[in-house]
Amino acid sequence: MLRVPKQIYDQIVAHARRDHPDEACGVVAGPAGSDRPERFIPMTNAARSPTFYEFDSTEQFQVWKEMDDNDEEPVVLYHSHTATEAYPSRTDVSYASEPGAHYVLVSTRDEHETEFRSYHIQNGNITEEPVTVVE
Amino acid sequence: MAIEVRIPTILRTYTDGAKQVEGDGSTLGELLIDLDRKHGGLRERLVDDGGLRRFVNVYLNDEDVRFLAGLDTPVKDGDTVTVLPAVAGGGI
Repeated sequence: MLRVPKQIYDQIVAHARRDHPDEACGVVAGPAGSDRPERFIPMTNAARSPTFYEFDSTEQFQVWKEMDDNDEEPVVLYHSHTATEAYPSRTDVSYASEPGAHYVLVSTRDEHETEFRSYHIQNGNITEEPVTVVE
Repeated sequence: MAIEVRIPTILRTYTDGAKQVEGDGSTLGELLIDLDRKHGGLRERLVDDGGLRRFVNVYLNDEDVRFLAGLDTPVKDGDTVTVLPAVAGGGI
């Protein structure tokens, strides 16, 4: 299960809406081993595309270094789908390389309703998990 | 002295869980060949026939080697090489 603070949930959705129709992406860091997403870090989608996202590699290096220095890890890796459902695509699965992370998918295909779903992706297998928003 | 190489979680199965390993070489390509002697299979996860794999980012100190000379990037004692999985995907 993913427990996500309301404020972070709102920030992820706002980021996805802001970048629509391009895909938005980012990280929520938390203390290593805690499974608590606490620090919201929106990332640049270097692909600037409605069908693909890619962290800017230089920005990623800085953010990963910062997490390492703070003894944090990427608890959540999120991105949006802007024309399809919030379910990992084949591309998402082929790139997924953080077996411990919660992969959050947000769909902005509907103007009013935002889908927000979370998955573990390990060895090519997708497992959906419930999302609980906490105050 | 040697070149320090930082390994991401997903590739630590090749390094007996070690977060950091050391190797030698005068270019990144040579360093990866040297590492593969001690950590068999690691190189293949990073390199294919066309050079560095699309799915990984390799940095020399704090610079993405794609902006340097890729596998031909010169390396020297005291340098740090960091490997990170690329984070990417998309709706289609």
